[in-house]
Amino acid sequence: MSNTASRQSHRLSGGLVDRNAPLDFTFNGSHYQGFEGDTVASALVANGVKLVGRSFKYHRPRGILTAGSEEPNALLTIGRGAYAEPNTRATVAELYNGLAASSQNHRGPLGFDFMAVNDFFSPFLSAGFYYKTFMWPRAFWEKVYEPLIRKSAGLGALSGEPDPSTYDKGFLHCDVLVIGAGPAGLMAAKTAALSGARVILADEDFRLGGRLNSETYEIDGMPGSEWAQSIVQELSEMDNVRVMPRTTVYGSYDHGIYGALERARDHLSDQGDKPRQILWRIYSKRAILCAGAIERPIAFGDNDRPGIMMAGAVRSYVNRWGAAPGKRVAIFTSNDDGWRTAADLSAKGIEVAAVIDPRTGNAPYQIPNTQIFMGDAVAGTYGRKGITQIALASGREIPVDCLAVSGGWSPNLQLTCHQRGRPAWREDIAAFVPDQGIPVGMSVAGAANGELSLKSALTEGLNKANAALKDLGMKTAPQAAPKSDDEKIAATPFFYVKESKARAWVDQQNDVTVKDVKLAHQEGFRSVEHLKRYTTLGMATDQGKTANVVGLAIMANARGQSIPETGTTIFRPPYTPVPIGALAGRARGKDFRPYRLTPSHSWAEEQGATFVEVGMWMRAQYFPKPGDKSWRDTVNREVETTRNSVGICDVTTLGKIDIQGRDAAEFLNRVYINGFAKLAVGKTRYGMMLREDGIAMDDGTTARLGETHYVMTTTTANAGPVFRHLEFCRQCLWPDLDVHLISTTDGWAQFAVAGPNSRKLLQKVVDTDTDLSNEGFPFMACSEITVCGGTPGRLFRISFSGELAYEIAVPARYGDALIRALIKAGEEFGVTPYGTEALGVMRIEKGHAAGAELPGTTTAQNLGMGGMISKKKDCIGNTLSERPDLNRDDGLRLVGFRPVDRSQHLKAGWHFLSKGSPCDMAHDEGWMTSVAFSPSLDHSIGLGFITRGSDRMGEIVRAVSPATNVDIEVEIVSPHFIDPEGERLRV
Amino acid sequence: MIIDHPLLGPRDSAEFVYLGDACLIERPDWQDENALDAFHDYLYLRDNPAGEHRELWFHEQGDRSWLVVTRNTLTHEITKVELARDVARALGRSK
Repeated sequence: MSNTASRQSHRLSGGLVDRNAPLDFTFNGSHYQGFEGDTVASALVANGVKLVGRSFKYHRPRGILTAGSEEPNALLTIGRGAYAEPNTRATVAELYNGLAASSQNHRGPLGFDFMAVNDFFSPFLSAGFYYKTFMWPRAFWEKVYEPLIRKSAGLGALSGEPDPSTYDKGFLHCDVLVIGAGPAGLMAAKTAALSGARVILADEDFRLGGRLNSETYEIDGMPGSEWAQSIVQELSEMDNVRVMPRTTVYGSYDHGIYGALERARDHLSDQGDKPRQILWRIYSKRAILCAGAIERPIAFGDNDRPGIMMAGAVRSYVNRWGAAPGKRVAIFTSNDDGWRTAADLSAKGIEVAAVIDPRTGNAPYQIPNTQIFMGDAVAGTYGRKGITQIALASGREIPVDCLAVSGGWSPNLQLTCHQRGRPAWREDIAAFVPDQGIPVGMSVAGAANGELSLKSALTEGLNKANAALKDLGMKTAPQAAPKSDDEKIAATPFFYVKESKARAWVDQQNDVTVKDVKLAHQEGFRSVEHLKRYTTLGMATDQGKTANVVGLAIMANARGQSIPETGTTIFRPPYTPVPIGALAGRARGKDFRPYRLTPSHSWAEEQGATFVEVGMWMRAQYFPKPGDKSWRDTVNREVETTRNSVGICDVTTLGKIDIQGRDAAEFLNRVYINGFAKLAVGKTRYGMMLREDGIAMDDGTTARLGETHYVMTTTTANAGPVFRHLEFCRQCLWPDLDVHLISTTDGWAQFAVAGPNSRKLLQKVVDTDTDLSNEGFPFMACSEITVCGGTPGRLFRISFSGELAYEIAVPARYGDALIRALIKAGEEFGVTPYGTEALGVMRIEKGHAAGAELPGTTTAQNLGMGGMISKKKDCIGNTLSERPDLNRDDGLRLVGFRPVDRSQHLKAGWHFLSKGSPCDMAHDEGWMTSVAFSPSLDHSIGLGFITRGSDRMGEIVRAVSPATNVDIEVEIVSPHFIDPEGERLRV
Repeated sequence: MIIDHPLLGPRDSAEFVYLGDACLIERPDWQDENALDAFHDYLYLRDNPAGEHRELWFHEQGDRSWLVVTRNTLTHEITKVELARDVARALGRSK
C-alpha cells in the first residue's frame, strides 16, 4: 500500500472539477487523489480503479456500471468508525478530503475473495435455490441456514455503534415543486418562478443541470452546463424560489405531499454539530417531475465484468469529470444515443476500438478511425477482474479495456407509481412512460415523460410549468424555450444477445441472470409479480432501476407475448434508500417520544427518587433512603409510614376533565354506568365507564364543585382516550346538550395526602376558614379552598390507599411550593413521600382495579361492579352489557389470592387451575392480574380473575406457569385485604 | 393527507385521530324494542366500500372538533369535510 497519492492515471483535460482543489482519499487502505467536484466513483475512474466490489450472491468481481443513483454495483462503506455508512453508492458520494472508502461483501482481499467459490457452484445457486434447498430439516433454518446465508450473501455491515450524527426534520410549502434540475426541470422552475409562484427546485445531485453536465450540448450558444449554471444562479437570487441541491425527493404521498432527504453535510470532512441530513416534508400545490431517464443495459455473456459501463455513464465520466473509464473503448448500442459516446470519446482523443449496433443499415454517426459492426452484437467478454477482450456474435474478437453499453433509455418514472400509477409501453422509444394513476397534482416533463431529446425536454418543461400555473390561476409569463440541439434518438427494442454462451446478467445487484428468468418461466412463475419474487429481480436496494425492463422483456419473449401484455411491476417509496436515522430525526434515546414532568419533579429529584415512565409522564417510583437494602425495603417503609402516620404522593398525572354546562349532570349520567344526576354540590362519586360494547373502559372519581360545574378524573394512561370519547359523545351523539369540556390535567398540581395523620397535616396547610373535621368535611366531600394564606386550591376527600386521605390541588405553577409546604408541615408526623410502587401496593391491598384489571377485555360484571349499571337510564355500554354471554353464571370475577405457603411470592400472569385438573387451556379458569408484597400482612398477595370467583371464597386452587415450571397452591380470598369494611376512610 | 377543516382550513392528517365509519353517529335508542339487535348492528356491522367513505376524524392536536370526512378509499381523495355536530343535528340528533 502506497502512502503517497498515486498519479491520476486516467484523468483527462477539461471537466467540471476544480484542479486547484485536490482531495486525498483512501480506497481499501490505498491512497488516491481526486478533485473538488468528483464523486468517489469518478475519482476511482480517474485513478484507473475498475474492481470496486463483489456481487451479492456469486461474489463476482464488479466495477462501476453507472454515474448516478441507479448504480447497482459500486456500493461502498464510506467513513470511519461509528460514522461508517455501508452500501453507499460511490456514484453519488461526493468526494471530500480524507474520505475513507472500502469495498464490501468479500472475505480476504477484494482481489481474491474466498467466497468467489460460490461462482463455481452457480449451477446450484439459481433462482429459487433457497426455497428448494433449505427446506429440511426445519430446525436448521434459524440456527444454521439463515445465519450462513446472511453472512455469505449480503451487503455492507453496520459499525455496530450508535450513530453519532444528528438528523433533523423540516416542513416546506410551495406552489410548484420541481423534482430534478435537468433541462426540463430548470425550464419548468424558471417559468414558474417568473410568474411569482413559490417554487422549490430539488435535485439529488450536488451540481444542478442533470445530463447537461454530462453532454456536449449547446443551449442559446453556450455549453449546456454553463446555461444550467446561469439559470440556477438566476433562480437562487429570487425570493420566491428555494433551490435544494443534494436533495432527493424519495416519495410521493397523498394530496401533494412529498418526502425529501437533504444530504446537508455528507460531503464535508467535518460535519461539526450540525445535522448530517434533513428529512423534509414538502407540501406542494403542483409538482412537476423532471427526473430524466435511466439507461438500461443489454444482457449478453459475462456482461458484468469490471470495465463494462453504461454508454451514458462513460460520457459523464469523460465530459463532466474528465476521467476516462478506459483507454481503448468499444461501444455496444441498440440506439442512436449510444453513438454519441463514440463521438465524444473520439473528440477527447480516446481510442474507440469498435462500435457494434445490432440494427442493420447505415451508421447514424460518422466516427473516424473506428471499426463499425452493424447487425452484430457482443456475445461474450474476457478478463476476470477487468474486461480485456470482447467476442462478437459474428465470432470476431476485439481487445478493449472498457465496453460502453446502451440498450436505450427508460424514463425515470418511479415517483409516478407511488400511488399505484401504472406505466404504459411506448413502442417508438421502446420504454415504459407514465400513464394511468399518477399522483394528483403531478405532471411529468422531459425524459421522465419519454421526451428524450434536449429540445423536446426544454419545451415540455416550459409547457408543463405553464399548465400548472394556469391550473393554479396564476399568470403565465410569455417566453419561449431557448435554442438548442435536437439530437437523434432513434432506438430499437433490443434486450438480450441470443448467441451468448456464458451467463448473461439482468439484475447485477441481486445477481439475477437471463437463465434465472427463463427458469422462473419454466417453473410457472410467469406473472411479473411472481417473476420478481421468485428470482428477486428488482428487489434489491436499487429496486431494479437498470434491470427491470430487460427482465420483463426476456419474460415476455419466453411467454411469446409483447412487453405491454406481460406488464410491469411498479415502484414504491423510497426512490433511493433513506437512513433510519433520518426517519427518526431527533426522536431517539430519551427523546424517542415526548415526556412530561410532574410539578414535584425537581423536588423529587432532590430527594433522590427513582423515576418510571407512566403514560408519557415521569413519575417518582420510590424514594430510597440511606440504609435501604433494596427497593422493597423502601416501598415497605413508604407503605407502613402512610398506613401508620401519613404519606404524600404526586397524583397530578391522573387525567382531569373540567365539565361545565346546564346539562353536565345529564351528560355524566350517560357516560358513567352509575347514576350522577343526584350527586350533591360539594360531593365526589366513584364512576365506571364502559365502551359501547359493554367492556370496562376507565374509572375514576367526579366531583361536583358547583351547580353546573364538575371535575372528572381518569386513569393516567386513559386521560387522552377518555377525553376523546367524551367529545365524541358530546358532539356526535348529543349535539344539543349544554355541556362543555376542557382538559385540565396539566393545569392543576394534585397530591394525595393519605394516612391517619393526613387531616392534622392538612390543617397546617389549608387556610383555617375550611373546616376539615370529619363532620365538616366528610368522606367524599369536595370543595374549593385556599391554602398557605390565600392561594386558590381544591380539596377532595377521596382515598386510593384505603386510609383517611385527601387529594389537594393547586394551579400547577404552585405545585413545587405546595409539595415543599406539605412535607415541611408533615415533619412532626414523620411524613413520607411515596411513589408509584407504594401506591400500587396499597391499592392491591385494598382490591382497587387499575390498568391490569382494565385491559380492554373485562366487564363491570367481571370486576364485581355489574350491580352498579343503572337499568333506569341510558348510558354508553348498558344495552350491550346485557348480552347473555357477558352475564354467565360461570363468568370471571375479580378476587384476591394469597399463597397457601405464605413464604411464596406470587407473580402476575400466572393462570389458575382447579386442583387435579390437567394443565391445558381447556381447564384454564383465569389469571393473576396484579401482585404485591404486602408489608401490612407480611406476605405476597394478588388480584386476579377466576371463574365464579366471588362464590369460591376459601377454596384452594393452583396458580401455574408452565413456561417457568410454577405450580403452587393459592387460596381465593376477598380482594379487600385491608380494612374490608372501609372504616379507616371515614374517621 | 390534508384535511380541509371547516373552521381552521387545511390541516395535516397527522393532527387528527381516526375513529371509523360515520354511521357511529347514529346510535340506536336504548328503549327500542329491538335495542340489543340494533346496538349489535350499530357497533359491529360496517360497510367496507371501495370508493367513497364517510368517516369520523378527531382533531386531537387542534380544536377538538369531530369531523365527518368523505374520503375515497381507493384514491384518498377527500371531497367533503363537515363538523360532526352539524351532521348529527341534520340526522335529527339533539339532546
